[in-house]
Amino acid sequence: MNLDSQIPEGPLSEKWDNHRFSSKLVNPANKRKYRIIVVGSGLAGGSAAATLGELGYNVDCFCYQDSPRRAHSIAAQGGINGAKNYQNDGDSIHRLFYDTVKGGDFRSREANVYRLAQVSTNIIDQCVAQGVPFAREYGGLLANRSFGGAQVSRTFYARGQTGQQLLLGAYSALSRQIAAGSVKMHTRSEMLDMVTVDGHAKGIITRNLATGETKAWTADAVLLCTGGYGNVYYLSTNAIGCNVTATFRAHRKGAGFANPCFTQIHPTCIPVAGDHQSKLTLMSESLRNDGRVWVPKNSEDAGKNPNDIREDDRDYYLERKYPSFGNLAPRDISSRSAKEACDEGRGVGPGGRGVYLDFSDAISRLGEDAIRERYGNLFQMYERITGENAYQRPMRIYPAIHYTMGGLWVDYNLMTTIPGCFALGEANFSDHGANRLGASALMQGLSDGYFVIPYTIGDYLAKSGGGAISPDAPEVKEVMESVRQRVDQLVSASGKRSSRSYHKKLGQIMWEYAGMARNESGLGKAIGEIQDLREDFNKNLLVPGSGDNLNAELERAGRVRDFLDFGELLCRDALERNESCGGHFREEHQTKEGEATRDDENFAHAAVWEHKGDGKIPIRHTEELKYDNVKLAVRSYK
Amino acid sequence: MKLILKIWRQDGPQDEGDFEIHQIDQVSEDSSFLEMLDQLNEQLLGEGIEPILFDHDCREGICGTCSLTINGLPHGPENSTTTCQLHMRKFSDGDTITIEPFRARAFPVVRDLVVDRSAFDRITQAGGFITVRTGSAPDGNALPVPKDDSDLAMDAAACIGCGACVASCKNASAMLFTSAKAGHLNLLPQGKAEKDKRVLAMVSAMDGAGFGNCRNYGECSAACPKDISLDYIAKLNRDHAKAKIKKIFS
Amino acid sequence: MFTSSLGKKYIMALTGIVLIGFVFVHMAGNLQILLGQEAINAYAHALQSLPMPILWGSRVFLIVCVILHAWTAVVLIRENRAARPHANEIEVTKRAGLASLKMGFSGITLLLFIVFHLLHFTIRTIYPEYDDLMTTVGSPNEGEIHDVYSMVLAGFNHLWISIFYVVAMFSLSGHLAHGFSSVFQSLGIRSESWGKKLDLAGKAYAWSICLGFSIVPVLVTIEKFGFITFFETSTYSFPVALN
Repeated sequence: MNLDSQIPEGPLSEKWDNHRFSSKLVNPANKRKYRIIVVGSGLAGGSAAATLGELGYNVDCFCYQDSPRRAHSIAAQGGINGAKNYQNDGDSIHRLFYDTVKGGDFRSREANVYRLAQVSTNIIDQCVAQGVPFAREYGGLLANRSFGGAQVSRTFYARGQTGQQLLLGAYSALSRQIAAGSVKMHTRSEMLDMVTVDGHAKGIITRNLATGETKAWTADAVLLCTGGYGNVYYLSTNAIGCNVTATFRAHRKGAGFANPCFTQIHPTCIPVAGDHQSKLTLMSESLRNDGRVWVPKNSEDAGKNPNDIREDDRDYYLERKYPSFGNLAPRDISSRSAKEACDEGRGVGPGGRGVYLDFSDAISRLGEDAIRERYGNLFQMYERITGENAYQRPMRIYPAIHYTMGGLWVDYNLMTTIPGCFALGEANFSDHGANRLGASALMQGLSDGYFVIPYTIGDYLAKSGGGAISPDAPEVKEVMESVRQRVDQLVSASGKRSSRSYHKKLGQIMWEYAGMARNESGLGKAIGEIQDLREDFNKNLLVPGSGDNLNAELERAGRVRDFLDFGELLCRDALERNESCGGHFREEHQTKEGEATRDDENFAHAAVWEHKGDGKIPIRHTEELKYDNVKLAVRSYK
Repeated sequence: MKLILKIWRQDGPQDEGDFEIHQIDQVSEDSSFLEMLDQLNEQLLGEGIEPILFDHDCREGICGTCSLTINGLPHGPENSTTTCQLHMRKFSDGDTITIEPFRARAFPVVRDLVVDRSAFDRITQAGGFITVRTGSAPDGNALPVPKDDSDLAMDAAACIGCGACVASCKNASAMLFTSAKAGHLNLLPQGKAEKDKRVLAMVSAMDGAGFGNCRNYGECSAACPKDISLDYIAKLNRDHAKAKIKKIFS
Repeated sequence: MFTSSLGKKYIMALTGIVLIGFVFVHMAGNLQILLGQEAINAYAHALQSLPMPILWGSRVFLIVCVILHAWTAVVLIRENRAARPHANEIEVTKRAGLASLKMGFSGITLLLFIVFHLLHFTIRTIYPEYDDLMTTVGSPNEGEIHDVYSMVLAGFNHLWISIFYVVAMFSLSGHLAHGFSSVFQSLGIRSESWGKKLDLAGKAYAWSICLGFSIVPVLVTIEKFGFITFFETSTYSFPVALN
C-alpha cells in the first residue's frame, strides 16, 4: 500500500503556497469536460460541490437525506475556529496549528494541520460574505469566544447553531450552482459501492431510496464526504442515518482506512433513559463552567433523591482528582472519570449510568435568573427530554460517542490510496490526530471543501487526464450486479431478528469493550462477539417488504452489515495500538493517577488498514508522523 | 403506557391512502415520539406487517427532517418543539393518537408518512443565496453589521426547513419559510445587492411550486418549532412590493 | 405587479383600505339620522347633488373596488383549496381567530348584503314606492327633495330587513376585525411588536362600525314594538311607506 503523504517541500508556512504553485491547472475550457462525483452534502461535500461547480466542472452530488440542507453537520452547536486574532489576544496561524496538533495528542500530520490553520481565516471571510449570521458585537464587528479550554478567543459562533448556519451557507452556494446547472443534486440517494478500473476510482453505484432503483454513475473523480462512523456504537450524537457504508465500501475497493480506533467521547450528554433509546443528545460543554460534577460517595445512595444526599456524602470527583482544572477537565478525562464512578456502582439514574451536574451552588451564588439567562435553552431542552427541572434537582449527564477522528487515509491532496478517490471532512483521518478540539470539525470540513480540494483535484485531473468511462462499461456492470445481488440478498432475508436489534447489540459490544476505556482482553472478546453476531446476522436477519420502494428496514440492514465488518476493524486497530493517546485509552497504559501514557517511540504513526477480502485478516500499514516544528509533550491537567 | 395509534398508510404518491389502527403497550414515558414509533415498528415486524415509514434523522431538533401531523398539529401539541423532541410523557395512558403526513399539494406523499419537500429546495435555488465566488470574499470584519440587524437575520436563519408552516396552514402556504429565507439574507448588508432579484425569484418559485396563499392567520408561526415571527412575512410583502414597483419604473 | 400570490394580496389590501375607509364615511353620514330629518335629508341631498363626475366617479370606483376585492378573493380561495387537496383527519387551529377563518363566509354575506342594500335604498327596486317619498324638510331651497329620513324609517319598519341588516353588520365586523390588521400585514407595515395593538384597534374599529350601522335598524325596531319613542314617525310623508 503506497502511503506517500505527498507533503510539499519547503518550510511549514510555505508548503501550501509552494504546492499550489507547483500544482497543475486545468484549462477553464477543459473543466466542463470533467465530471466529478461528490458523495455527501454536509459542510465538506456541500462546499466542495458548490466550489467545483462554480469552477466549471460538471458535478453530481448525492445525499441520502431528502435535502442537502439536512446533513448532520447541521447539528454542530459550539462554533468554528479561525486564526483571525480579532481579539488581539495573541492568536496566530501558528498557535492554532500548535493547539490542534497538541490537542490531537501528536497523532496528526503537521503539514495538513498547518494548512488547516492557514485557510481557517479564509473560511470565516467566505462564510460572512455568504450571509452566515455570526454573533456580533455592538460595533457591528464579529464576536468571538474561547472554546474547549483554548487560551485565546478564536471561535466564531451563531447562537447554539453554528453548524446549521454554516451548512446553510454551503447549501445556499450549492443551490446557486444547482440552479446554474453546474451541479446535479441527487437526494435520497445512497452510495452502495464504488467502481474502480485498474485501481482508479471511476464511479459509484447508488440506490434511490424512494424508488429502489440502483444506478451507476461514472466520473473522472469521486469525492467521499460522508462523515464519520460514530453510529457503529448504535447510540451516539450522530444522526440516525449516519453510516460507514460509503467509506467502508471504498475501503473494500482498496482505500486504506486510518486510525479507526480514534473516536471522541463527549462528556456532557443526556444519559440513556431506557431500552427504547435511539440516540443521545449533546448538551453544550459550556454547562461545566457553572455546574459541579458529583456522584454519591456510597453506592447505597445512588438511588436516592439527590437533594436528600448530604453534602458530606457527595463526591465531587473531578474537583478532587484535578484540583486545578476541576470540572473543566478535558473531554476525555472527565468522560473516563464518569465511567469509573459508574463502574464503582455510584452512577445515578436509569441503569446507574449517569453522574450529577449540579447548579445549586451557582444558583445560590448568582441567582436563578442569571443561570437561566446563560443556559435557559439547555435547561429547557433537558426538561423536554428528561421531564426533570434542572433548576430544582441536579442534571444527570453521561458521556457519549460524538465524533470520529479516524477515517479514510488521505495524502496531502486529500486523495485516498485509490487514485481519483478523495475523502473530505470527517470521512478522512487527516487533521485531528487522536482527539479533536472543540470548534475544529466545522473548520476542517469547510477547509477541505472550499479551499483545498479545488486545487488538488485540478492537479490530479491535469496530470492524470481523468478518463471517465461509460456507465455501460463491463467494470461498471460487474459492480452493479454485485450491488443488486447484495440488495436482493438482504431483501430476501426472512429470519426473525430486525436489523435494529443487531445494531443495538453491536453498539453494546462496541461501547463495552471499545468505548471510553479499552484493554487487550476486552478487545479480543469484542472481535469474537462481533464475528458471532455477524454470523447470526447472516442467518437470522429479517427484512420485510421489497427493494422497489422506500424501505427503511432494508436501508438499515445494509448499513448495519457494513458496521459489523467495520466494528471488527475498529477493535482490531484499538488492539494493535498498544498505547493510550487522545480518545484512545488503553487501560494497560496509564500513569498511577490514571492519566493516559503515549508511546511515541512505537506509535507516532497513523495506522492504515488494507482490506484483504471477506474473512481475511486486514493488513496494518503505517505512515510515520514526523514532527519538525513542534516538540512532543505530555498533556497534564492536574 | 398503552396507546391506540391511528396512522396514515399510503403505498406511493399515486396511491390512495387510509388509516390503519394499531395498539401499542409498554411505551415508556421517557421515550420520544419517534422512539415510540420505532417500538411500534419492531412490534409490526413481529406481526408480519411492514413497518411504518416516517422521516427522521438527527433526532435533536435541528435537521428539520422529522414531520408528522399529530392529532391535527404539525410536530404535535408542544410549542417550539419538533416531533423528535416531543416525548411521550406529554400523552396519557389510553390515548388515541392520530398521525398523518404533512398535507399539501406541494408536498406529495412518498410513502406512508414520508413526504417530498423538495419544493423548499427549489425556492432556495431560485434566489436563496448571496452570489459570492469562493475565495473572493473580503475580510470578515470589512463590513460591520449592526448587531440588531444581525440578530434579526439570525432569528430568521433559525428556520430548519421542516415544513410545519405549510402543514399547519389551512391554505398550505409557504410564506413563513420563504420569508424567513429571504428575510435572513435581505436583512444583511451582504445580501442587499441581490435583494430585489431575490424576492421576486423566490416568490415566483414559491407560487410555481403549488403552495397556497398567505391569509395572515398566523397558524404557521404558532406551529413553527423555531418560533419564526410573522414579521418576516410582512417584510417579504414589503420587499416584494418595493421590488415590483422598482421594476415597473426602471 | 398583481399576478403573483403577493400581488393578489396587494389587491385585497389596497381595495380593502378603500372599503374600510368607505364604511366609516358611510356610517358617519348615516348617523346623522339621529340628529333628525333635516340633517339627514340635507346631507343626502348634498351628496346627490355632487357634480356628475365626482358622484359617479366615486360610485364606479367603489364598485370596482368591491368587484376586484371579491373576484380576487374567489381566485385566492380556489387556489388555496387546490393547494391543500387533502384535509387533515383532525383539523386543529392554534392561533387563528374565528373571524380570520371565516373571511369567505363573511365576505359572501357582505356581497349579498351590498346587492340587497343597493336595490333597497339606492336603486330602490325592492320598494319602488320609496321613490315617491318627497319632502321639503332639509332642502337647501324651497324645492322638494327625496325624504331619506322617511325611507330609512320605512325600510327598517320591516322586521326581517332589520334583522338582515344587523346580521350583515356582524359579518362586516368580523370581516373588518381580521381585514383591518391584515391590510397592514399584506402591505408589509405590521410588526409583532405593535401588532397586538393593531389587532385591538382593528377589533375596536370593527365593532364601532358594526354598532354605528346597527343602531338605526335596532332603534327603529324597538320603537316599532312601542318600547321607546325616538324618531318622529309623524313626519312620514306617506303612510304607504309603513307597509
